[in-house]
Amino acid sequence: MTTGVVNHLDIACQSLLEPAGLSSRELQQVLGNVLGHAVDYADLYFQSARHESWVLEDGIIKDGNYNIDYGVGVRAISGEKTGFAYSDDIILPALESAAKAARTIALHGGQNKIQVWNSVPTPQVLYGMADPLRSIADKEKIALLRKLDLEARRIDPRIKQVVVSLSGVHEIILIAASDGTFSADIRPLVRLNVTVIAEEKGRREQGSSGGGGRFGYQRFLEGDLALNYAREAVRQALVNLNAIAAPAGTMPVVLGPGWPGVLLHEAIGHGLEGDFNRKGSSSFSGRIGERVASDLCTVVDDGTLPERRGSLNIDDEGTPTQCTTLIENGILKGYLQDKLNARLMNTQSTGNGRRESYAHLTLPRMTNTYMLAGAHSPEEIIGSVEKGIYAVNFGGGQVDITSGKFVFSASEAYLIENGKATRPLKGATFVGSGPEILKHITMVGNDLKLDTGIGVCGKEGQSVPVGVGQPTLKIDMMTVGGTRA
Amino acid sequence: MNYEWENLKAVIQDVLKQAKSLGADTAEAGISYGKGLSATVRLGEIETIEFNQDKALGITIYKGKRKGSVSTTDIHPDAIRASLEAACNIAEYTEEDPCAGLADPAHMARSVPDLDIYFPWQVSAEDAQKWAKECEASARAFDERIINSEGATFSTHTHYRAYGNTHGFIGAYPSTRHSLSCAVIGKSPHSDAMQRDYDYTVARDAQDLDSRKSVGQQAALRTLRRLNARKIKTCDAPVIFASEIAGGLLGNFISAISGGNLYRKSTFLLDHLGKKIFPDFVQMKEMPHLRKGHGSAPFDQEGVATKEHDIIKDGILQSYVLSSYSARRLGLKTTGNAGGIHNLDVSVSDYDLPQLLQEMGKGLLVTEVMGPGINIVTGDYSRGAAGFWVENGEIQYPVEEITIAGNLKDMFAGLVAIGDDIEERGNILTGSLWINQMTIAGD
Repeated sequence: MTTGVVNHLDIACQSLLEPAGLSSRELQQVLGNVLGHAVDYADLYFQSARHESWVLEDGIIKDGNYNIDYGVGVRAISGEKTGFAYSDDIILPALESAAKAARTIALHGGQNKIQVWNSVPTPQVLYGMADPLRSIADKEKIALLRKLDLEARRIDPRIKQVVVSLSGVHEIILIAASDGTFSADIRPLVRLNVTVIAEEKGRREQGSSGGGGRFGYQRFLEGDLALNYAREAVRQALVNLNAIAAPAGTMPVVLGPGWPGVLLHEAIGHGLEGDFNRKGSSSFSGRIGERVASDLCTVVDDGTLPERRGSLNIDDEGTPTQCTTLIENGILKGYLQDKLNARLMNTQSTGNGRRESYAHLTLPRMTNTYMLAGAHSPEEIIGSVEKGIYAVNFGGGQVDITSGKFVFSASEAYLIENGKATRPLKGATFVGSGPEILKHITMVGNDLKLDTGIGVCGKEGQSVPVGVGQPTLKIDMMTVGGTRA
Repeated sequence: MNYEWENLKAVIQDVLKQAKSLGADTAEAGISYGKGLSATVRLGEIETIEFNQDKALGITIYKGKRKGSVSTTDIHPDAIRASLEAACNIAEYTEEDPCAGLADPAHMARSVPDLDIYFPWQVSAEDAQKWAKECEASARAFDERIINSEGATFSTHTHYRAYGNTHGFIGAYPSTRHSLSCAVIGKSPHSDAMQRDYDYTVARDAQDLDSRKSVGQQAALRTLRRLNARKIKTCDAPVIFASEIAGGLLGNFISAISGGNLYRKSTFLLDHLGKKIFPDFVQMKEMPHLRKGHGSAPFDQEGVATKEHDIIKDGILQSYVLSSYSARRLGLKTTGNAGGIHNLDVSVSDYDLPQLLQEMGKGLLVTEVMGPGINIVTGDYSRGAAGFWVENGEIQYPVEEITIAGNLKDMFAGLVAIGDDIEERGNILTGSLWINQMTIAGD
């Protein structure tokens, strides 16, 4: 795979540096200037991103959008301090002035030298580097949207509104850092989504489904993958037409496999990010080695899954991504780190340094976060509950890192009565405490599934693509926010 | 590179001219350009200094009733040319949409009134740090139960916006935004549980900012009052949304009467024009020209003149919130809301928050809501919440790890009173909202 990797750097240099007349010599000079101040670490992050989206609504192709964004960010770190500036012009004077602004974080008189740049090949190539925008012809993109619109309307006459959207990004990044990092990555990302409204006797309900990953659009043309998104959106909307009010209070909850793994993302994932733990602001701070989950639970963050939405060959600091064990058999094992927080906590980066773009600062972020499979079949798990809730689809969630309280909101759920999933319930929010909730997991399914490639995680105003997953889980006590008290 | 706002107009004019020459029948373009500085101090030491400089050009071209859109951060001539070609290519694939097109020329703003939203302020990185430091210090010195900090951030930002279209409309205006925020962490000596809360001040004009000391002290107070929070039993009870989150609830109302949701039939307030949504005493008005207002704008994203108009009168819906596209879809006229609502002014009672609590007697005061649990299609509402349990008209203890649920339609109709504690830090100017009953889920 080595040859592929060398190509990443060559292509990134050709597309990001050469048009501006820049070479590694100028980049070293700029970093050298930053290190003229008392700076421990400095990096330059070059990025170009081309994005497109197509939207079908009311049966016609209504909108098409194309976006180009490129620029360079300069970061200077001294102890716990960070200076940061960026420019949306990649030219030497702009780079120099950003570098001058960023280094003001530290005083004159730097002692550090730039480490020699080793163009060491990245050890992994998890996705192709072809431009997804050009993976199929524009007219095939349009045909795909139409096919899904027709499919959704064909299935059931109660479907009154269909919105289909297709989007793709081709991103090239290059990182040059004072610690010897000189790396690049080329990242495709595509997404297809279907939202429908079903109407019956004056009642309207929504259903939504989709997926994607780091590959080309042609994947959506294989088999019934794309058609199944339309079918799934329709199914959800029709189920919701019959939904009754959810109960309110504390009761057993069974979560389905896949996307409900947003539980792990909110309840524990954020709380284990290095910045919060270095600052002691997380409810998980200083708790490595403690029991935070039942012994059935092993949770990992894995940036190395081929072609997944949350995967990266290298993170945005040039560190190869890895599979980090967060919880092993219920015991807290590790945090997610970027370079800054790893250095201050005297450990190594776990390849979780991510940023939305060149105009944003790097933060420790999740990649694909999931729980490993257990022993039970999903039927056994549901069968073990006399009265409770079975939730299979979620909208999203949120967490307060410091108190550990988190929420996530179901968009498709059922009542469990005498071991059987019965009536569909209206969406409800579930609330719990991160360090406590996983201790209440009493059964783990043998049906581990990852989500279909739809996750977006927000932190400090920055959005990055992520993945989640889990097998079917039983939580013996959880608070459900319905309207039937 | 520096772009003064007058120069941005020249870029727009050039874009429109080129669009025509590439075969567009009509076109519109907008540029935003912003510059700013922000400094964060944590535990008395500078943590980050960020220098911001962002620009974006957005172009939409129409070939008949087909459209294509592009956006780019690169406004060099060859990049603009390539963007326009891409937009024209897109319009080869999009389809005739009878409602597509520029806003009606009759609705274009005739002038660009000065709304008092531009108060530039030259702040050095040193001053920014110093002020953030003072703010955080006042929070940390406030009480020994404040054990940690997420820091204080000072930021200042200048923004230039220009928009033009092939009707011949072109307008541009600058604005500023200055802010100071602080977040601290507290712990009670009797428990391991930590709590975090924050306060902030934001203004167009630096003179209108709250003092550094008061932001710090408020952040500390807000954190301390959450200590030893507990869960409560599941029940039905009255709920007061504190003014700092009440704007969010009215934001859900605005979303439900917005054109996009209406023409998609994706709202529980479909066909509600002229119908009663709130009780008689409720009045809401859009005031886009409010002096120093956070949402003030002389024209909307299509160049349409913004103007003051009633949204709710005596509880009855007077107007939707429409762009020209959604208006055409609904057979109505644009309300000058392409890009959203500007300032929403909400009538208030003469009760302050303590009086509202007195009147309510027993119920929940909510100061934080969490999670996405709002379904605009059905109005179903279920969100995580934190706040205070109230009995005998007084706050008894802090509450957390609960949800509040209901249906927005019932919640709006069940509004009992609006406090006079108007939240002025956003574009929805409302006091605390007292809702007659919601379901609270807890133990």
